[in-house]
Amino acid sequence: MKTKVITSKDVHLFYGNFEALTGIDLDFNEHEITAMIGPSGCGKSTYLRILNRMNDLIPGVKITGDIRLEDQDIYAPDTDVVALRKRVGMVFQQPNPFPFSIYDNVVYGLRLAGVKDRTTLDAAVETSLKQAAIWDEVKDKLHDSALSLSGGQQQRVCIARVLAVQPEVILLDEPTSALDPISSTQIENMLLELRDQYTIIIVTHNMHQASRISDKTAFFLQGRLVEFDDTKKMFLTPKQKETEDYLSGRFG
Amino acid sequence: MNAKQKDRLATGVLYTIAVLIVLILASLLGYILVQGLPHVSWHFLTSPAKAFEAGGGIGIQLFNSFYLLLLAMLISVPISLGAGIYLAEYAKANRLTDIIRTAIEILSSLPSVVVGLFGFLVFVLQFHFGFSILSGALALTMFNLPLLTRNIEDSLRQVDFAQREAGLALGLSRWETVIHVVIPEALPGIITGMILGAGRVFGEAAALIYTAGQSAPALDFTDWNPLNIASPLNIFRPAETLAVHIWKINSEGIQPDAAAVSAGASAVLILAVLLFNVLARFLGQRLYKKMTAE
Ligand SMILES: Nc1ncnc2c1ncn2[C@@H]1O[C@H](COP(=O)(O)OP(=O)(O)O)[C@@H](O)[C@H]1O
Ligand SMILES: [Mg+2]
Repeated sequence: MKTKVITSKDVHLFYGNFEALTGIDLDFNEHEITAMIGPSGCGKSTYLRILNRMNDLIPGVKITGDIRLEDQDIYAPDTDVVALRKRVGMVFQQPNPFPFSIYDNVVYGLRLAGVKDRTTLDAAVETSLKQAAIWDEVKDKLHDSALSLSGGQQQRVCIARVLAVQPEVILLDEPTSALDPISSTQIENMLLELRDQYTIIIVTHNMHQASRISDKTAFFLQGRLVEFDDTKKMFLTPKQKETEDYLSGRFG
Repeated sequence: MNAKQKDRLATGVLYTIAVLIVLILASLLGYILVQGLPHVSWHFLTSPAKAFEAGGGIGIQLFNSFYLLLLAMLISVPISLGAGIYLAEYAKANRLTDIIRTAIEILSSLPSVVVGLFGFLVFVLQFHFGFSILSGALALTMFNLPLLTRNIEDSLRQVDFAQREAGLALGLSRWETVIHVVIPEALPGIITGMILGAGRVFGEAAALIYTAGQSAPALDFTDWNPLNIASPLNIFRPAETLAVHIWKINSEGIQPDAAAVSAGASAVLILAVLLFNVLARFLGQRLYKKMTAE
């Protein structure tokens, strides 16, 4: 039995009057990759962003339910959101490096946390970039602007930036959908490498990607969680008719 | 006429207009510089003006212009930064914000003469600052603030929302995200706007005539105690600037060489403003390049 890192019960989210999530129960195990799939607009990103409270930024959002990181209620009034986001890192669809050097991007979180020691920072840069499988490509130009890199490289620098602050959970919202197939495969392989140390939750449009890298898959449809199971089981023998239709490409 | 011909005609017309504008600008600048530059010398740039005889310079006016500019920027930059950040990052979409925006809009469209008169009534008379650098700097602030605020707000808004998300998701607080991510990214635009604003302020005359005054008492450039009346740093002394000096000479100058002084001063003023513009472009591009690629 694996440890549950994140648990969520009866999660509802309203954008104003529109109920975008209609009661989701979903748990995530330590050191597993969970994929979230479903057609566009079904609420995958909305759900993912609940886990590090990124939805707090949007005016008029109302969230109910019980969402916990280990024992801590993520939405308790006394939760330190900043500390939460250090434990639950996030990678976005569009690579969004800061317009600074590769080095400065990676150590950003550490510097702000007050780390000044050069050797510590250097070590963190090397470790994180290696974990993100981009060290060899950038080790000779760490002080070039991160914006001079290709999209796939930028995305991996963004992942290194998240890894450098040593989160427990990494959320990825369609991290490869803006990238070419080769870069996508590189990132998929990297995630498989990272699995042993992190809990990874990835939203993906690409069913092939979900089946290739994930241990568990959650299928969303119109704000509902239709099915949640081991990836192998779900792809071979889906329990729900809707899942089967979606996986066989009949809609979405 | 078919579509292609129309297109060609339109392109031709627009092209002609563009060339015309450039030509007008070039001839204007050329005229002022050709007329004025022969009168510009080191002596002209450094010696004080003369009221009745020929051979006066613009030293004190030039110093006043820069000093006033510096003070005006010192006051308006922090305020406009605060206002710009508030409007771009924190202001909710509500009535109050609308009112603030409208107020800034109106303030930025006020003619500078009106700003000058306001400064005269409020700073010079009401606050008893008299015709002084301080009154002038405050009037220039009134004139500069709305434009600068707009510029800062726009520059901040141009930073992609994804960058803010990146900062927040990394565990930065809202304020840290603004300070450490958004502002550095908006910096090229902000700097460009500030320097262009500085150019505008430097050339401003109408707002200063009744605030900083039209006289340039002799200064003792060895006395840097701001409390002494002859000190260049004193902010309670009247201070005619270069732009005001030009206006003054042309309206009531009785020096035998008034035309020459005016032409020389105009050339210097134009050069300074041009310099601000070139500097703005150069620095803006440099900063932008430095941030986006090596
Ligand atoms: N900021 C928002 N305000 C209002 N509605 C939103 C907002 N963001 C998303 N939605 C709506 O919520 C639903 C789920 O969106 P999203 O979570 O982005 O879907 P997905 O990531 O699965 O494509 C969609 O119907 C979308 O239109
Ligand atoms: Mg999405």
